[in-house]
Amino acid sequence: MASKLTRSNRAGWLMAVPGAGLIATFIIIPFFLAFAFSLTNQRLASPNPTEYVGVENYTDLLSIAIFTLEPERDEAGNAVIEDGEIQYPRLRKFTRNNPDYPNLQGKREWFSWQSGENRTVVLSSDVVFMKALVNTFTFVIFVAPIQAGLALGLALLINQQLRGISLFRAIYFMPVVVSIVVVSLLWKFIYSPGDGLLNSLLGWLTFGAFEGIDWLGQTGTALPSIMAMSIWQGVGFHMVIWLSGLQTISPTLYEAAEIEGSSKWQTFRYVTWPGLRNTAVLILIVITMQAFALYAQIDVMTNGGPLDSTQVLVFQAVERGYGKQDISGGSTISVILFLIVLSISLIQRWLTRERSSSEAVARKKKERT
Amino acid sequence: MKMTPILAALLATGVAGGAAAQTELSLWYHGAGSANAEEALVNQLVEEFNASQSDWNVVIETFPQGAYNDAVGAAALAGELPDILDVDGPVMPNWAWAGYMQPLGIDEAKLEGYLPGPIGRWNGEVYSVGLWDAAVAMTTRRSTLEDNGIRVPTIDAPWSLEEFNDALATLAATGDYEYPLDLGMAWTGEWYPYAFSPFLQSFGGDIVDRSSYATAEGVLNGDEAIAFGEWWQGLFTNGYAPGTSQDAADRDVGLLEGKYAIAWNGNWAALPVVEAFGDDALFLPAPDFGNGPTIGAASWQFGVSGTSENPDGARAFIEFALQDRWFSAFSDGTGLIPVTSSAAADTANYTDGGALEVFYDLSKAQALVRPVTPGYLVQAKVFEKALADIANGADVADTLDAAVDEINEDIDANSGYGH
Amino acid sequence: MALVTPDNHGLRLWTRYAVLVLVAIIFIFPVVFMAMSSLKPDQQLLSDTNSLRAFLPVGDISFQNYSDAFDRAPIGVFVFNSVVITGVTVLFTLFVCSLAAFSFVFLDWAGKGLIFSILLATLIVPYETIFIPMLLMVSQLPWIGAEGLEWGWLNTYRVQIIPFIADGLSIFLFVQYFKDLPRELIEASRVEGASWWTIYRRVVMPLSGPVIATAAILKFLFMYNQFLWPLMVVQAEEIRPVMVGLGYFTDQLNVPWGEVMAYLTIITIPVLAFYLSLQRVFIASVASTGVKG
Repeated sequence: MASKLTRSNRAGWLMAVPGAGLIATFIIIPFFLAFAFSLTNQRLASPNPTEYVGVENYTDLLSIAIFTLEPERDEAGNAVIEDGEIQYPRLRKFTRNNPDYPNLQGKREWFSWQSGENRTVVLSSDVVFMKALVNTFTFVIFVAPIQAGLALGLALLINQQLRGISLFRAIYFMPVVVSIVVVSLLWKFIYSPGDGLLNSLLGWLTFGAFEGIDWLGQTGTALPSIMAMSIWQGVGFHMVIWLSGLQTISPTLYEAAEIEGSSKWQTFRYVTWPGLRNTAVLILIVITMQAFALYAQIDVMTNGGPLDSTQVLVFQAVERGYGKQDISGGSTISVILFLIVLSISLIQRWLTRERSSSEAVARKKKERT
Repeated sequence: MKMTPILAALLATGVAGGAAAQTELSLWYHGAGSANAEEALVNQLVEEFNASQSDWNVVIETFPQGAYNDAVGAAALAGELPDILDVDGPVMPNWAWAGYMQPLGIDEAKLEGYLPGPIGRWNGEVYSVGLWDAAVAMTTRRSTLEDNGIRVPTIDAPWSLEEFNDALATLAATGDYEYPLDLGMAWTGEWYPYAFSPFLQSFGGDIVDRSSYATAEGVLNGDEAIAFGEWWQGLFTNGYAPGTSQDAADRDVGLLEGKYAIAWNGNWAALPVVEAFGDDALFLPAPDFGNGPTIGAASWQFGVSGTSENPDGARAFIEFALQDRWFSAFSDGTGLIPVTSSAAADTANYTDGGALEVFYDLSKAQALVRPVTPGYLVQAKVFEKALADIANGADVADTLDAAVDEINEDIDANSGYGH
Repeated sequence: MALVTPDNHGLRLWTRYAVLVLVAIIFIFPVVFMAMSSLKPDQQLLSDTNSLRAFLPVGDISFQNYSDAFDRAPIGVFVFNSVVITGVTVLFTLFVCSLAAFSFVFLDWAGKGLIFSILLATLIVPYETIFIPMLLMVSQLPWIGAEGLEWGWLNTYRVQIIPFIADGLSIFLFVQYFKDLPRELIEASRVEGASWWTIYRRVVMPLSGPVIATAAILKFLFMYNQFLWPLMVVQAEEIRPVMVGLGYFTDQLNVPWGEVMAYLTIITIPVLAFYLSLQRVFIASVASTGVKG
């Protein structure tokens, strides 16, 4: 509902133009250039002319095929079994220069499962990219809710009136202040295999019962280790955002709740949480964005290894674009990442819009009465 | 103290204002922050060159090594390259092909008697020359081998594959070491192809087919390469060597502290070993895995940028640098290998009976440059990842196949890289 | 959790502090490790990492690493550059982005919805992925300087500042906050005849302490931690920022860990100081936000 009081084309434009203009120049135009690169074979350094290649870069990344491997059979037609395992012909017989299977050429196994005697294999033309995609989603799915939840817990913890509370607040914020590159370097020491800091600490706490883990060197622990560190590093920042949200909740509401004798949980559920709705939306979106942009930790700590267990999209985009001089390949990943995050944030906004506006109306009504 | 280059530049521009005819030449150098003598010597070289003539004034800009290649790539993209470039030997063909560099135009007779590694050739022309070379050796202690009944190999009779494997097994069985062999897995990046592709070559494989540079099929995934890969994986599954998660600090001091029995390490790290172990220190040649023993060659070199408007001046600077006295000075300062035998005679470590003399011989006897192709930049990264993956347990044949595919796709995408 | 009335007696107070301290330890131990390590020689630093000694100033303690670090790299120059670049950017960001957000929230104008959606979409483009096209662009941009019109922005402070002044996230932060401000306040000022500019300056911004602090910290951290971009656009050591300077220490064959820790400690101080100076704004904002609600 635009009232006369707020309609002002000229002032509106004037105020928005510096920000919008800078963003258009330094983000939107370069992004469209990147999009254009993704349709070509552009290299970082090359005397060869750039050519338009259509969607080839996209199909190179995204093509998959499903293939059923039949077991090796002996003369009687029974599956060959060695050491209790069914033997299959090597996939490379089919994927390398086999004229009978042109659709498998150059593809690699992504994952497979057993179906009866046969094994069904999903092949991808770019397994590293696929792993990066899956790892990125895994990272976001774990980090976003855990980090948001812990941050809220910390915010509630720190939102007390106690002596020296601002000291604690500063300490909780400390990892944010120490840059992510610095933090990653420090945690490399902490995660160091053998007698590293974390292993020594855990050994000490369990009176030596704990066996040292090669945290960043094993496929099972590398990504979780990076997740834990990332949460540790970022949680203080989101704590502060929650805190500023908490502080916009009127003290009178808490007084009212206390008078009505509501429990702590009830107070949180019916007073605190509704008042944090806008903050929650903000935090969810910000954390999701930041999680998708995961890069520095990987670059400093693992380079995507071991066995691609910590490959993520932005790291791959940078690795290909700069490291391997393949600007078109790197740009293609950027565009795909953009489309993914765009759809997710559209979904998030759609999910949170209805409720937050009705909630806001309800809140307004409550406040007015 | 670090302000010297800036001060020097300021002073130099002041001087240039007086003596009108001087032309400024920019030089980019990769070793910012190296506390050893290398950076100081490069600065001294520039100062002496500037003082030696009145036509040119070289101004140096230093970069941290890890950022150097990216900075050059970005500058080339933006048309802002300096006149004189410092370039890592195996990267040079890429820069030459892409137009970042131009032929040096130096009289090749001047390069007579040089070790092969420091001369950078591409398409039949010399593009870059280095003031030093580097070599790697199996670094250990004589007592370690003798106590365990292991033969001390020589350049003429290096270890065979079986001997080497047996030696590792013997050393592992003693239980005295965390690992018998330190390969330096903590050093990611160029170290992998530089230090480990010679093993593959000694097995009979290679990163790319050097006869055509058009494919890696058959050389990086052939039977020899797969044999190499299985052996490589065995080093880690047998617990002979620390894997990719090796602590960088252990790499630096593990041998000295007795955590490792043998370290595959470069001559730049040799002096501390000599200091620690004295006569007991041993620098042994690479094993012969069947196809002759090899080690990597070529270190950082100087060349002229493709867009330099003053190639004459850049050339004059590089020719000024190509003197025995500089080779000796750099060698004495950094422990690197001097490029001529006459310069070697003048050094503390590479002269007859010098502590590191063996590296000069190793460099002469075993050195093989990495593939000379613009595609090396990508091939090195693909190779690095393949070796890390295999070390971490990936299927050998599949991993090498994937590496071949990626290398071949890259060669195709670059229309054969001008070969 | 009693959020308003303090309930500070005996045991409960104790447990509260115990929880606070325990959490504090989790958050501070790597930083303590960094600071303590910066005082130790390399060998001791490394051998201490397998015991609690890593967190204590014991053994051979000195400031040698600091003086070595200053010998190795022009640290003062790097820190100065980063502080200038970061500080200037933050100031411009706060102004430009809050102004745009003000316009989006409080004013109605043709095309607003569309432009806002587009700007919002840009906040999901990681900068790392568009640096190459950006580089191509800034190397061609014009500038009017002391010597008249010139082309190309490379090797300057401005190329490290201007591209990062406006960003979707900062605008979004301000928008979310402004939405919660009581519109009646703005409308009342409008009725009284105040110009939009006056309302922005006199009414809205004074109420925006928390979001200003939040946006400032976020931007400060982002700018201070820039690595890839300055690497690509700045060649001269005189205008190099701190993160590129880190390579002077970590890119060495035998990494001087003590000096690395000293350098990390030094470059952390400006950010810490910046945060501590803003923490007052947070605290002050507790009082000021009491106005609304």
